[in-house]
Amino acid sequence: MKEIKILFYEFNESFKIAFDQIRANKLRSILTALGVIIGILAVTLMGTAINGIDKGFDNSLSMIGYDVLYVQKWPWANVDDWWNYRNRRRIKTDYAEQLNKMIEAAPNTELIAAVPQGVNIKSVKYEDNQVKGVFLMGTTDEYPIISTVDLKEGRFFSTIESRTGRPVCVIGYDIADALFPNGSAVDKVVQIGGVQCRVIGVLAKQGKFLGLFSFDSQTIIPLELLQKHFGETNNDRVVVKIKDKTRTLEAKDELTGLMRRVRGLLPDQKDDFSINEQQAFKSTLDPIKSGIALAGLFITGLSLFVGAIGIMNITFVSVKERTKEIGTRKALGARRRTILMQFLIEAVSICLVGGIVGLLLAWGMSVAIGAAASSFPVSFSFDLVIVGMAASILTGIFSGFAPAFSASKLDPVVALRYE
Amino acid sequence: MERAIRPKGKLVIQIEGVTKEYKMGDEIVKALRGVSLSIYRNEYVAIMGPSGSGKSTMMNLLGCLDTPTAGKYEFNGKNVAAMEDDELAAIRNKEIGFVFQTFNLLPRSDALANVELPLVYAGVSGEERRNRALAALESVGLSSRVHHKPNELSGGQRQRVAIARALVNNPSIILADEPTGNLDTKTSVDIMNVFEDLYEKGNTIIVVTHEEDIARHARRIVRLRDGLIESDKLVSEEYLMKA
Repeated sequence: MKEIKILFYEFNESFKIAFDQIRANKLRSILTALGVIIGILAVTLMGTAINGIDKGFDNSLSMIGYDVLYVQKWPWANVDDWWNYRNRRRIKTDYAEQLNKMIEAAPNTELIAAVPQGVNIKSVKYEDNQVKGVFLMGTTDEYPIISTVDLKEGRFFSTIESRTGRPVCVIGYDIADALFPNGSAVDKVVQIGGVQCRVIGVLAKQGKFLGLFSFDSQTIIPLELLQKHFGETNNDRVVVKIKDKTRTLEAKDELTGLMRRVRGLLPDQKDDFSINEQQAFKSTLDPIKSGIALAGLFITGLSLFVGAIGIMNITFVSVKERTKEIGTRKALGARRRTILMQFLIEAVSICLVGGIVGLLLAWGMSVAIGAAASSFPVSFSFDLVIVGMAASILTGIFSGFAPAFSASKLDPVVALRYE
Repeated sequence: MERAIRPKGKLVIQIEGVTKEYKMGDEIVKALRGVSLSIYRNEYVAIMGPSGSGKSTMMNLLGCLDTPTAGKYEFNGKNVAAMEDDELAAIRNKEIGFVFQTFNLLPRSDALANVELPLVYAGVSGEERRNRALAALESVGLSSRVHHKPNELSGGQRQRVAIARALVNNPSIILADEPTGNLDTKTSVDIMNVFEDLYEKGNTIIVVTHEEDIARHARRIVRLRDGLIESDKLVSEEYLMKA
């Protein structure tokens, strides 16, 4: 009990000393803290960038959908033996209907519904404006089941429109923006690859998928219409929504079984289709993401390390300057740990002050960057504050320990004689 | 060498056959070559000797700042010679009040904080710490200078603060190393009067000095030469004989 009390008083005293010391050597403390400020600033800004990238990835992945499986000819992951996939039979859009029947018949299914998607690339034209290379998707009125996207205006096509393949379309945000810069796109007639379609809805803005592919430049028409005019492609697919995204594996197994039946595969034949999900992207992207994070943190960590060396240096100077004081304190009963703590707390205090200033600057800068360039991925979070503070405390301990330890080991006789 | 005086109080310091050796480069310097000394409660001892006599080494050992190379040192019956650093620190904190030639006050702390310092290390709570420090400052006549920083005090006042600091933890001995070395004659007399006063109140005082005038204030003088005790006499004997 007594020991804890002593420790508490020593702790208190150490803070007082650290405060006095910083106040007495203002310029020196500021300059030293500057190293830590820059270090923490760099690390935290890197943190906001990593956060931003993370968020971007998550946004992109959510565009694909967390709870959907894609039945396709090609897997999403990179494959070395592409020739094994090349000769696979196409995925037919009518598989969706067969799958739906099986799903309905299955008692404990993990699957909800299958939606066909025919895929093509066409240009979209309205009067003199034209958008080339538009991702054209043909699907049914069940598309909203598997999609997370909202409509900005208008509506999606109805069952009748879907079944009969009426010439209607729902266009992406960017296409609406390009073709109809002023005024609404709804009820205008556009030409899609030469086919006249009436616009019945505009999709809300989604953003780019990993900065590569814009979901806002797609156009959706009834599958019947697509196949009537443009036929089938190698990229046609069936998208299946699952019940529970935590049970993706089970759902995948079930869907594989169903697809093998649809394809009429014998037990000894290998799957001739791929079932893709966002997890595949995630597992490809995660190493890249953590690579970026590691490299970034390492490089910015170096600047923090330089700051730490500055603190170490100044603490050594401080110990040297106050050798006689250390001797006096020891004569008056200060123990080793008292002296150790005193100098550690001094180093940690400077680091903490530096860390707080660095965090404030980082926060300000991330807000400024966010305001100036909204597409730049920065995201400041409370976690960063915790990490930043912990990093500055650790920096203080790391840089203060060697000098503090040397101070604690000073021989009081020698220290008292020091001039 | 036995002393012809009947001790008043109980034994505080008992040193027997103590030697202390230092390494200076390749050479081994024998600072103390076998010293025996007993100091009892409420004695007023001056330790004298020319430079190189082992006087400083003696003071470091007495103050538990250092341990002997060989020999026995008991402080209040505790074997100090075998203690670790932190145990020695505890002894210094509780049993020894240091007064230095250069005062050794903390420059950025006021008189009160300086005097409180040993109590901080002893784990005395805030209010009691303050009261005891104030009392100690009062006992050296500095009640009006409690919140002055060392650079706002005269040399004599600084040394009084240092004495208050030495007193505050009620130590068994007060160990003063050339306490008037940095003071003028008049202030020196003042400071020696403070020691006299403390001695009258029952404190045990050891003054290490090379000044005869200062040593004369003590009751007993131990003279060192070449690492040995040359003489150990009462002041009355010493100066009567010379007279």
